[in-house]
Amino acid sequence: MSTNINTIRDLAEREYQWGFVTDIEEERVPKGLNEDVIRLISAKKNEPGFMLEWRLKAYRHWASLEKAQAEPKWANIKYAPINYQNISYYSAPKRKPSLKSLEELDPELLRTYEKLGIPLEEQKLFAGVAVDAVFDSVSVATTFKEKLAEIGVIFCSFSEAVQKHPELVQKYLGTVVPYTDNFFASLNASVFTDGSFVYVPKGVRCPLELSTYFRINAAETGQFERTLIVADEGSYVSYLEGCTAPIRDENQLHAAVVELIALDNAQIKYSTVQNWYPGDKEGKGGIFNFVTKRGKCQGVNSKISWTQVETGSAITWKYPSCILQGDNSVGEFYSVALTNNYQQADTGTKMIHIGKNTRSTTVSKGISAGHGQNTYRGLVKIMKGATGARNYTQCDSLLIGDKCGAHTFPYIEVRNSTARMEHEASTSKIGEDQLFYLRQRGLKAEDAVSMIVNGFCKRVFRELPMEFAVEAQKLLSVSLEGSVG
Amino acid sequence: MSLLEIRNLKVKVDNHEILKGIDLEINPGEVHSIMGPNGSGKSTLAQVLARRESYDVTSGEILYNGKDLLAMKPEDAACEGIFMAFQYPVEIPGISNAYFLRSALNAIRKYRGEDELDAMDFLPMFREKLKLLDMDEKLMNRSVNEGFSGGEKKRNEILQMAVLEPKLAILDETDSGLDIDALRIVANGVNAMRSPDRAIIVVTHYQRLLNYIVPDFVHVLVNGRIVRSGGPELALELEEKGYVEIDSETRQVTPA
Repeated sequence: MSTNINTIRDLAEREYQWGFVTDIEEERVPKGLNEDVIRLISAKKNEPGFMLEWRLKAYRHWASLEKAQAEPKWANIKYAPINYQNISYYSAPKRKPSLKSLEELDPELLRTYEKLGIPLEEQKLFAGVAVDAVFDSVSVATTFKEKLAEIGVIFCSFSEAVQKHPELVQKYLGTVVPYTDNFFASLNASVFTDGSFVYVPKGVRCPLELSTYFRINAAETGQFERTLIVADEGSYVSYLEGCTAPIRDENQLHAAVVELIALDNAQIKYSTVQNWYPGDKEGKGGIFNFVTKRGKCQGVNSKISWTQVETGSAITWKYPSCILQGDNSVGEFYSVALTNNYQQADTGTKMIHIGKNTRSTTVSKGISAGHGQNTYRGLVKIMKGATGARNYTQCDSLLIGDKCGAHTFPYIEVRNSTARMEHEASTSKIGEDQLFYLRQRGLKAEDAVSMIVNGFCKRVFRELPMEFAVEAQKLLSVSLEGSVG
Repeated sequence: MSLLEIRNLKVKVDNHEILKGIDLEINPGEVHSIMGPNGSGKSTLAQVLARRESYDVTSGEILYNGKDLLAMKPEDAACEGIFMAFQYPVEIPGISNAYFLRSALNAIRKYRGEDELDAMDFLPMFREKLKLLDMDEKLMNRSVNEGFSGGEKKRNEILQMAVLEPKLAILDETDSGLDIDALRIVANGVNAMRSPDRAIIVVTHYQRLLNYIVPDFVHVLVNGRIVRSGGPELALELEEKGYVEIDSETRQVTPA
């Protein structure tokens, strides 16, 4: 037994390998938040009037929430109060981000993404994946743009969308996550600086996986990006986001908002591999990942599917949800959340059934190791008119070691008696029996742990695009190292 | 040189002495049966050989192929050619039998400096072994031991042994829970594996299995000691007289 623990502990010393800092000249606004800062951000981005107005409304709402101390406190997470005046709300690499071609990109940035395994030169990319790279507050490069434009797919940074497609932005911005939604969503709406924008026109099946890679680089800044994806009637798009940050002793705030809209017969598949810096072994530093993600199945027969693999961040607070408004619409949520060392996660989903015969599936796999605390929080709400609604929820927890915790808070609200609900839950521990069995067959202790965990997560990995499933498995193994003790 | 040499092995579990001085020598090509009543220490011996770490070896030594077995981790012992068929094989949800077995084989090949096998190289060999154990290939796409019947689990153990081709195989009560047909299939599988450079240790309560796998040597383990050793006829004598009588006879001849 003791050898088991030691081998694994040794591997724990392996460090977060995405923790480097890029030395690049940046432009940032002074710390603090007030209406002037918001006007400054909006002016820097040369935004039309409706955007500034929206931001100011959001800011005023947020300021009232802050005054009322309405930062959400119900989640099963603990952290020292955040001083929102001690954060810089805008940081951008100095060179102008509006590029004609990748050659104009700062070579230092290219090298950064290369180091992260995300080459931005199109010929080096995975065939079939277009990438938008967001560095601190701004999008620095979007690949395969022209190719996508030929079939009418818009894939660009949010800033560019505001300039080139203001009518689409104005029509859909805030329709799924209004600026009044919650404390962090309000904050995001006031200060968000960039993100990705996707519009897939009627009847188009987007031939590439669209992917955004988020990177926090600058110190004492927050990252507030906003993603908006609209799938018009009968269209399909698969989107993936990944994220990393340098190792820093202080916590950094990441408060993003993602809105998805699926019209009649449209389908959006949204996958996340979240690997923000999780803090060190003592729980120092790391990203506070306070994110609001929601999709609206607005049209009939539409479908939105969330898949997330959450291995990073000091704290994760995130509930990718589906509003099933169109009749026969389908919502799915597949999640793997891992907490090791002193990481905390409070994550899950909300499935709101409004339309008739709407269906939802939730599969959550929580893994706790070290002193990690992992909470599943889910709501299934069946509204009065949602005749024939169905939900299936499966919620499994795996414990590694005896200092971690797993918690489950499933909420179910049913207002229509025709609803069919299923809920399955389990909690298990990686046993010495399982480990010994695998090791007796020749597998090293750490490979044995990783095999058991990967088996546990299989149902979720199956939902990820192929290349990313492989990445996610590797990431999970690395994040787990040092977890038995 | 003998393949396995156990000298004066004493083992404690939870501060309770289970093995009280075992001496045993096994040569390549031999099949040894270790028989004994419940609680005699048979399984403990098997698990110590497989290097389970929750056992406290208080004295003695084990040489395997001339190397100090007690210094090896379970995976190293496995890679050096020791295989144990478990009495209670565990389930690994979400990992297919085929994938698991190929991973195990490749871990061993890697340890030995051999090339790893890809799925295409693995499959033909694997199919042949499946036939030997009369197992359905469909079972191999299912998760390791998940939803397997008791008999299927035991057959799966022998299948793994056939694929991993150990130098020393330890069958820990492989016959328990098997009906007569399954017993025959398992025994055939084991017999097919008998070879001049492989030794097999068959741990069992009952003589029944030894009708099918005929051992070269039988050792009777009672209360942490080997009280008698002999040829296959000893198993029959045991069946007739029972452990208590054999033990007391032994005590009269050689007082402890």
